[in-house]
Amino acid sequence: MTTVPYIPAPPREKTLDYLNHDYRLSSWLLTRDHKRIAILFMISITIMFFVGGIAATLIRLSLLSPDSWLLRSETYNKMFTIHGVIMVWFFLIPSVPNVLGNFFLPIMIGARDLAFPRLNLASWYLYMIGAVFTLMALILGGVDTGWTFYTPYSSSFSNTHVVMVVVGVFIAGFSTIMTAMNFIVTTHTMRCPGMTWFRLPLFVWGIYATSLIQILATPILAITLALLGVERIWRIGIFDPSVGGDPVLFQHMFWFYSHPAVYIMILPGMAVESELITCFSRKHPFGYVFIAFSSLAIAMLSFLVWAHHMFVAGMSIYAGMTFSLLSMMVAVPSAIKVFNWTATLYKGSVSLQTPMLYALGFIGLFTMGGLTGVMLATLAIDVHVHDTYFIIAHFHYIMVGGMVMAYLGGIHYWWPKMTGRMYNEWWGKLSAIIIFIGFNLTFFPQYILGYLGMPRRYHYYPPEFQFWNVLSSAGASILAVGYVLPLVYLLLSLRYGKRVGPNPWRATGLEWKTSSPPPEHNFEEIPVVTHEPYAYYLELPEMKEETQDE
Amino acid sequence: MNYKGIPFGPPRASQFAPEVDALFLFELAISAFAVLGIFMTIVYFAIRYRRRSEDEVPPKTGQHYAIEAIWSIVPFSLMLVMFFWGAGLYSKMKRPAPYAVEIHVIGKQWMWKFEHTDGIREINQLHIPINQPVKLIMASQDVIHDFFVPAFRVKQDIVPGSYVTEWFIPTRTGEFRFFCSQYCGTDHSRMAGSVIVMEPSDYQAWHAGVLPSEPPAAAGQKLFTTYGCIACHGQRAPTLAGLYNSRVQLQDGSVVVADENYLRRSILDPTNQIVAGFPPIMPSYRGQLSEEQLFQLISYIKSLQPVANVSGKELTEPSTRPAPADQPSIIPNFPPAESPYPIVPPQRHQGEPPNPFGGK
Repeated sequence: MTTVPYIPAPPREKTLDYLNHDYRLSSWLLTRDHKRIAILFMISITIMFFVGGIAATLIRLSLLSPDSWLLRSETYNKMFTIHGVIMVWFFLIPSVPNVLGNFFLPIMIGARDLAFPRLNLASWYLYMIGAVFTLMALILGGVDTGWTFYTPYSSSFSNTHVVMVVVGVFIAGFSTIMTAMNFIVTTHTMRCPGMTWFRLPLFVWGIYATSLIQILATPILAITLALLGVERIWRIGIFDPSVGGDPVLFQHMFWFYSHPAVYIMILPGMAVESELITCFSRKHPFGYVFIAFSSLAIAMLSFLVWAHHMFVAGMSIYAGMTFSLLSMMVAVPSAIKVFNWTATLYKGSVSLQTPMLYALGFIGLFTMGGLTGVMLATLAIDVHVHDTYFIIAHFHYIMVGGMVMAYLGGIHYWWPKMTGRMYNEWWGKLSAIIIFIGFNLTFFPQYILGYLGMPRRYHYYPPEFQFWNVLSSAGASILAVGYVLPLVYLLLSLRYGKRVGPNPWRATGLEWKTSSPPPEHNFEEIPVVTHEPYAYYLELPEMKEETQDE
Repeated sequence: MNYKGIPFGPPRASQFAPEVDALFLFELAISAFAVLGIFMTIVYFAIRYRRRSEDEVPPKTGQHYAIEAIWSIVPFSLMLVMFFWGAGLYSKMKRPAPYAVEIHVIGKQWMWKFEHTDGIREINQLHIPINQPVKLIMASQDVIHDFFVPAFRVKQDIVPGSYVTEWFIPTRTGEFRFFCSQYCGTDHSRMAGSVIVMEPSDYQAWHAGVLPSEPPAAAGQKLFTTYGCIACHGQRAPTLAGLYNSRVQLQDGSVVVADENYLRRSILDPTNQIVAGFPPIMPSYRGQLSEEQLFQLISYIKSLQPVANVSGKELTEPSTRPAPADQPSIIPNFPPAESPYPIVPPQRHQGEPPNPFGGK
C-alpha cells in the first residue's frame, strides 16, 4: 500500500449541483430530478412522522393511568387509528423506498435518473393528495376504526369519517405502485456498463424485492378498500352479515395485502442494513448471494402467510396449521440475513460511527422482533397473546426497532452525500444511544403486559397493569427526545456542518464516486463497473479520499 | 406470578394454562439464547476487530456454504419442534370435551350476556364450578367481539352471523378477568368482566340464591308455536326430533352435520341448504328473531330426542327425557352422577378427518 501525500483542497469554487442550480419554487414543484423528488418525499414523510408521533404521545400519556385520565373513549380510539394509518401508509411504506431508494437507486446503478421521471413526480403528488384526504378527515373529526378497518364495524357501525380516510389510503396506494414500477423498470433497463445483476449493491436487491411486493399486493388493498366504501355508502352486502356479507372475507383480503405490506416495510430496512454493515466494517458481505436471495425468498413467502393474523377468527384448524408452518418458514431467510450481517463483522475493520450504531441496534431489535414473531406463529401461544400488547410490542420491534432504526441509519449514512455537509458526530452517537434505550424501555414492558393479558386498543385497564404501562410511557418520553434530536442537529448541519468530499466514509459504491451533493444528472460521465460490489479488499484509489475541510 | 406486587405472568387457572406456559417458556429460552448469542458476538467482534487505523483494509472472507447451511437448517428444525408442539396443543383447544357444560354467550356493544342451560342469566359475570369442563357457544349481535380469559389462555373471535365455541376446564378457584379483545367501538375497553370459579359447595350456595328465568329450551318451545314452526315441521317439512348432530342429506347431494350453525342458517336463510326431498317453502326468519330467541329455538330443537316411530304428530312432542323446566333444581346433589344439563353429548361423525396429533 502506497501512502498518498496530503494535498490541501483548492479554494472551493461554487460548483453546480442538484440543489443550487435553480432556487425557484417551481423548480422544486415541477422537478423531474429523482434527487429533488426524494427530498420532497423526505420533507413530507417527516411531517407525517411527527403528526403520527403526536398521536402516539397522547396514547402513552393517557395510558399512564388505568382510568384514562386524559382522553375520552372516542378521542382515544381516534388517536390510535390515526397513529396507525399515518405511520403505516404515510411514513413506513414510503420511508426508505421513496426517500433513499428514489435518491440512490439510480445513482447506485449508474443511471442519470429513473426510467419515468414524470411518473416519479406524479407519485409524490398522489402521496400528497392521499395525505391531504387523511389529514382532512383528522381535522373534521377523525376516524375510529383502527388502521385495520375491520368490518362490519367500519362498514356499518362507525359514524366517523371512514370513507375519507379510505380514499386517502387508496390514493396513496397508487403512489406506491407507481414508484415500485419505476424502480423495477429502472433496475432492469438502466444499469450502467459492467453493472451485472450480481454486481448490484444489496440495497438495490432489497428495494427491487420490495417493489415486486408493492406492485403485486397494493392493488388488492385498493380493491378491498373500494369494496368497503361500496358497502358503507350503498349498503351492498359484501362484508356485513346483516346484509348477507362475510366479515372474515374482509380480513382475508385485508391481510392478503397487509401481510406482504409488513415486508414492504422491513425489506428496505434490511437493504439499508446491508450497506451500513459492509461500509463500517470495510468488508465484502459474508454471504452476498444469500443476503440477496433471502430478500427474494421473503418477498415470495410473504404472500403465503396472511392468515396467521386470523388464528382466533374462526378458521378451520387445518388452515391454522398450514399458515402456522408457512409463517415459521419466513423466519429462515430472516435468520440467514441476521447471521450473515453479524458474520460480516468477523475480521473486519469495525468503526462505531453513528450509522453503524443504528445498524447494530437494528440487528438486536429486529432479532427480538423476529423471534417473538415465531412465538406468534406458534398456534397455541398465539391464542393467548393475539390482540394483546404482545403483538403491539412485536410489530413495533420490527417496524420501529427495525425499520425506523434502519431509516435513520441510512439518513445519517447518506446525509453528507445528499447535502454535502456532515452532521455533528457526537450528537449523532448520543441520539442513536438514546433511541435504543428509549425504544427498549417503551416496548419491552409491552411484551410482559401482553402476556399478562392486556388487550390492545384498551385505555381503561385493570390497575394491576399500571406498573408496566407507566414504565412504557416513561420510555416513550426518552424515545421522543431521541427522535427530536436528529431533526435539530441535521437541520443545523445544513448551515454549520463541515463540507465533505465525494467519499467521507471511504466506502465503495457508485454513489461515492460522484461529488457531494451530486450534480443535476448524477455523473459527469457514466461510470463503468469492473468489479464486484463491496470490493474493499481491492483497495481502490477512490476509497482513499478523506473528508475535506472547507 | 407476582414479585413485590408487580405481575410477571397471569394466573394459571385452566388445564391449558400450564401447557401454554411450558411451550412459551421453551420458546423464550431459545429466543433468549439466540438474542444473547448474537448480542455477545456483535460486542466481541466490535471490540476484537475495531478499526485501529484509518487506512486499515481487511482481507475478503469467501463464501462458506457449510456455515450457511448450518444456520439455515438449525433454526428450521427448532421451528418444526415449535410448530408441532403448538399445533398439537391448538387442536386440543379446538376439540371440546364431550359432556362439557354448555353456556350461551352473547356479545354486543358493549356488554356480555351469559345464559346457563337451566335459565340462569348473568351480565358481565360468569359463575362456574371448578373442574367442570365448560363449552361456551358464542354469538355476536353486532360487530366482531372476542372472548379472552388470560388466566385460562383461551381466546376466540365472535364473528357475527354464526356461532363459535371456546372451551376450558377451570382448575383454580377465584375471580379471573375476561376482556373483549377484538376492537368493537367506543367502549371496547369497558367490555370486560370476570369469571368466578367456585368450589362445588360455594357454587351450590350461589346457585340457590339466584332466581332462574325460564330455561331456554322451554322458551324455545313457546317460540316454536308462536312463530308457526309447528305447523309444518314433521309433515311438509323435515322432522326435527333427533336432528341435532345428525347427518342431513341435502338436495344437491351433499351431506352436512346438523350442528348449531346449521340450525341457525336453516332458520335465517332456509333456501341456502335444502334438505333432500322437501320443497323450499320455508320463509326466512331473518330480522324477526333476536339472538336470544334464536338461541332458545335452537336449544329447543337440541332437546328433541329421536323417536322410534316417525310419524307427523309425535315429532313435535318433546322427548321422553324431561325438558329442563321439569328439572327444578339440579344442584343439591352436586356433582351429580350424571351430567345435570340436558345436553346430548357431541358425537364423533363418520368421515371426519382424524386428528394428526393423536387427540380425541
